[in-house]
Amino acid sequence: MTKLVEVENLNVRFTGERTVHAINGVSFSLGEGEVLGLLGESGSGKSVTLRALMRLLPKKRTVINGSIRVAGRDVLALDDDELSMFRGATVSMIFQEPALALDPVYTIGQQISEAVIRHEGKSQREATARALEMLEVVRIPSAKRRLDAYPHEMSGGMRQRAMIALALACKPKILLADEPTTALDATVQIQILLLLRELQREFGMSVIFVTHDIGVAIEICDRVAVMYAGQIVETGTLRQIVRSPLHPYPRGLLASTTHGAKRGQRLETIPGTPPSLDKAPTGCSFAPRCALAEARCTEALPPAIDVGDGRMARCVLAERIQPASV
Amino acid sequence: MLAYVARRFVYAVPIVLSVALVCFLLVHITPGDPLVAVLPADASQELAAQLRTAYGFDRPLPVQFGLWLWKAVHGDLGNSIATGRPVLSEVIRAVANTVTLAVVAAVIGFTLGLFFGIVAGYFRNTWIDKVATSVAIAGVSLPHYWLGMVLVIIFSVQLNWLPAVGAGPGGSGEWKWDWAHLSYLVLPAITTSVIPMGIVTRTVRALTGDILSQDFVEALRAKGLSETHVFRHVIKNAAPTALAVMGLQLGYMLGGSILIETVFSWPGSGLLLNSAIFQRDLPLLQGTILVLALFFVFLNLMVDIAQASIDPRIKRG
Repeated sequence: MTKLVEVENLNVRFTGERTVHAINGVSFSLGEGEVLGLLGESGSGKSVTLRALMRLLPKKRTVINGSIRVAGRDVLALDDDELSMFRGATVSMIFQEPALALDPVYTIGQQISEAVIRHEGKSQREATARALEMLEVVRIPSAKRRLDAYPHEMSGGMRQRAMIALALACKPKILLADEPTTALDATVQIQILLLLRELQREFGMSVIFVTHDIGVAIEICDRVAVMYAGQIVETGTLRQIVRSPLHPYPRGLLASTTHGAKRGQRLETIPGTPPSLDKAPTGCSFAPRCALAEARCTEALPPAIDVGDGRMARCVLAERIQPASV
Repeated sequence: MLAYVARRFVYAVPIVLSVALVCFLLVHITPGDPLVAVLPADASQELAAQLRTAYGFDRPLPVQFGLWLWKAVHGDLGNSIATGRPVLSEVIRAVANTVTLAVVAAVIGFTLGLFFGIVAGYFRNTWIDKVATSVAIAGVSLPHYWLGMVLVIIFSVQLNWLPAVGAGPGGSGEWKWDWAHLSYLVLPAITTSVIPMGIVTRTVRALTGDILSQDFVEALRAKGLSETHVFRHVIKNAAPTALAVMGLQLGYMLGGSILIETVFSWPGSGLLLNSAIFQRDLPLLQGTILVLALFFVFLNLMVDIAQASIDPRIKRG
């Protein structure tokens, strides 16, 4: 009962002109007050996983299999009404581009109060008061004046703060953050990260934080799941994964950062490109790019190996590690 | 906002002046002697010269323009050469008839256009979308005078349900909002509404589809709004552009269609222009064009102001 989110063997397939197997057997869980990072490159399925949790993916073109339980409810079984009452109240989301995620012709105050009225049945006046309170919580200067501001009248960092205020207005248990700092300047980025971490503690929320930036993940995440080609290839605490990655993919990722790189020396890269996802994987998706690949890697899906301490890696190499040695 | 409105009105003044100049020059540049229409074929040179002086056509163009403009500002657009009646009252009567036709046609065209457009945008690439889009394309592509004639053949000649021409049982007399008069309006109004219906459908379809694919719609759903609420957001986002298109279409319709009004002998500004052109009735022609052009300027002004009051991104400062 301590787990707020439990995802088991999630599969998401987009149909249409081209079939895309976006998520292939993802399982993870999220505890109360925990911050989980979903780390991976573009197209690895981070955002799709996040949207699946709220069933925001286009209904007609998406096939979702597996089980998603959030706060004790089976998300895949909710009907439209239940779903809309669930979104924003139990789980809410902040987006990568606050400039695009806010409605350009409604004021910030209207956009926040609208959600409050919807979920808590408050009057317009009470909802506006809540909106003001939230803008103060996210420390928007002269909040009262900002209530009547339109998104285009605010800076990028301000807009993301307003987006956070909106997402937290109904005190959700879980916040889903989809690369919320990617579109921001480096200095604003760190301000937003610090704010998010602070609010997470203050509100006692659980957060799933999607990012492709290990540096950002280090700032905010307790635990990290590394995704590749629609699968989670390794999970563990941030410390474990940064210090001693088990799977060759996070190893390659960490080797290719500029930390500790020497001037004049080429950065290490992972050779090759990620696979196209038009077929469900039958072997390890990373094997074609992996220097340590063996014959069995391509023959069958590598098992998810639990190496103890809540650590998992989907790689045959992890078999050699004794749980005791960690 | 009030300052914005005032500023827009001031900006309209030079536009109005240039419009007046262009109206005046256009008519004088076109070949043809206006006196030909009134003079008998065997009239003497002296009589022609006399009339020319009487109408002021012997004066230099700038002087004629100045005089014309001065009188126009005071509400005098001269007398029609053909009928001798004041141009202004002729134009006002015709414009009133055209406005009646345009407003009814706009109500039909915009209602259907908005409905088809929104439905098609919401159900993009389904059979509903295809039906709505086909109707829109047909509406824009069919020559409306041809459609008018076909409607007359079906509903007036074959079925004998509706009158074919005119604007009332007493010919082109006073307009009344009763069925006896309205029945004359049905066919021309439907014919006029077809093009705006098609254009509004296509615009609104594209707008709705475009807005629905934007990130903020997903964000609205993510905060738990019902589809009805999301729809309200979509409408408010689509409104500025849709209004601009509808304003322009209403403007075209208020200008009166020469073709449609001629097909149905609808005594509006289009029919008036038509007869003024064929009778080389210069004062009538100038007056009608001027009034219509001013109408457009005014209408654009109204649309701009309406847009600015809906869309906060349009600068009002």
